[in-house]
Amino acid sequence: MELFINQVLAGIATGAIYACMALAIVMIYQAIDHLNFAQGEMAMFSTFIAWQLMQWGVPYWWAFLLTLIISFAGGIIIERLLFKPLAKAPVLTNVAGFIALFAIVNSVAGLIWDFTIKQFPTPFGSSPFLGSQLISTHQAGMIGVTLGLLVALFLFFRFTRIGLAMRAAAAMPESARLVGINTSWMVALGWGMASAIGAIAGILIAPVVFLEPNMMLGVLLYGFAAAVLGGLTSPLGAVLGGFLVGIFENLVGTYIPGVGNELKLPIALALIVIVLVVKPTGLMGRAVVKRV
Amino acid sequence: MSVLLSVHDLRAYYGQVQALHGLSFDLNEGSMTTLLGANGAGKTTTLRAICNMVRSTGGIQFEGKPLNGKSTENIVRLGIAHVPQGRGTFTTLTVEENLQLGAISRKDTKAISSDIERMYAHFPVLKQRHTQQAGTLSGGEQQMLAVARALMLRPRLMLLDEPSFGLAPLIVRDLFNILGKINREDKVSILVVEQNAQLALEIADKAYVIETGRIVMSGNAKEIANDESVRKSYLGY
Repeated sequence: MELFINQVLAGIATGAIYACMALAIVMIYQAIDHLNFAQGEMAMFSTFIAWQLMQWGVPYWWAFLLTLIISFAGGIIIERLLFKPLAKAPVLTNVAGFIALFAIVNSVAGLIWDFTIKQFPTPFGSSPFLGSQLISTHQAGMIGVTLGLLVALFLFFRFTRIGLAMRAAAAMPESARLVGINTSWMVALGWGMASAIGAIAGILIAPVVFLEPNMMLGVLLYGFAAAVLGGLTSPLGAVLGGFLVGIFENLVGTYIPGVGNELKLPIALALIVIVLVVKPTGLMGRAVVKRV
Repeated sequence: MSVLLSVHDLRAYYGQVQALHGLSFDLNEGSMTTLLGANGAGKTTTLRAICNMVRSTGGIQFEGKPLNGKSTENIVRLGIAHVPQGRGTFTTLTVEENLQLGAISRKDTKAISSDIERMYAHFPVLKQRHTQQAGTLSGGEQQMLAVARALMLRPRLMLLDEPSFGLAPLIVRDLFNILGKINREDKVSILVVEQNAQLALEIADKAYVIETGRIVMSGNAKEIANDESVRKSYLGY
């Protein structure tokens, strides 16, 4: 039993990472109806920026804040330069764009910071959380930040005018323009926010997996699994999906013989396929109600 | 009476196909003007051209200023509310959110909630359903919502594309009565496109008849309604 609780708690802790990543994925999906395959690489690049700032002597929280601002601006710039011209292009063109962005960001990071792994500090420390050996203070901090982020996003989309405008632009672009919303900038804003959320995910993950250009590969797959499980249209679903995928992954690794670490990743992929077959809208995804 | 909207030699294109062939008309401040014509005559295209949602040439002036080259959202922000065909309802959002979106470009945020209350007074059914997803409303209710959403802009001019489409006759009558009231009491000028010519001519004060992208007839709504030859050849009733 203790092993079970142990594994669930550890699952929730890693799940927080997936939840953050899934949040970023859902943000972009809402804005442009595509999955951004380069989301993980953008997050990795942001993390390197934070690392670089700290190397230059910037204190942790200032580096954190600056990185968020830079990532936000970076996301908007990428959208304006690369994806705005592709807005009316077919899906495959966009996919090619995402893959190109993936490769470019990955190589540029390798070029600037090389491929050796780097230590990344944590602001929460890594002592046992509340005297418990089960989860560390960093993991607890990660869960806290993820939940805080979710609440902030919920409040933003629910209660601010700009949040409402973003939802309207995502749901029905033509109608949105007819009430005076500049839909093109709403998409850019979505990219900026997704990029900043990705940066938070990267900064939280880096102390656990170490910083290097390929650090987000696995995480992104789990993030996709989490987003699909939770429903691609729901931020709450994304976070829930993240925690569930984390727990699921740990339990399967522990209790099913022969799975071990090597087979964990295929399990994430299998999960995506199963959810898409059985319940394509995911756990929290909204099925559109329509009167006929 | 001053001219609020003036359209001169408007030509519009869908790809290679020309849909409007030099259409000109004026809309007076405070008036309710109707564009009539058969299917495919170019009524919808005219409204879409005013809001720059279709490629067009020619002069469109609103309050004496040209609209050419302005984006749809900036034209709307000048005070032109467009209720498109199919109503443009945000089906996944709630009724109240739809109303808030109507006012999303307004700067005077304080007056918005009292305007929403005003809309609920105009359309009591919307108040009953204000937390409901707009897609669950009936066709008539959605049309009310679309008109209310357009009014939330506090527009100078409202463009309505076939508001009677798909509605039961009684509801259509209701809706047109409300439109007349809005026109008289809220001083909103209205340009309404209709296939239901009989009804439109009853409440409008000026009418233009379009055929294959050109204005073929214009005048006082009463005169056109009483002119049997016009009715028979263009309006089909």
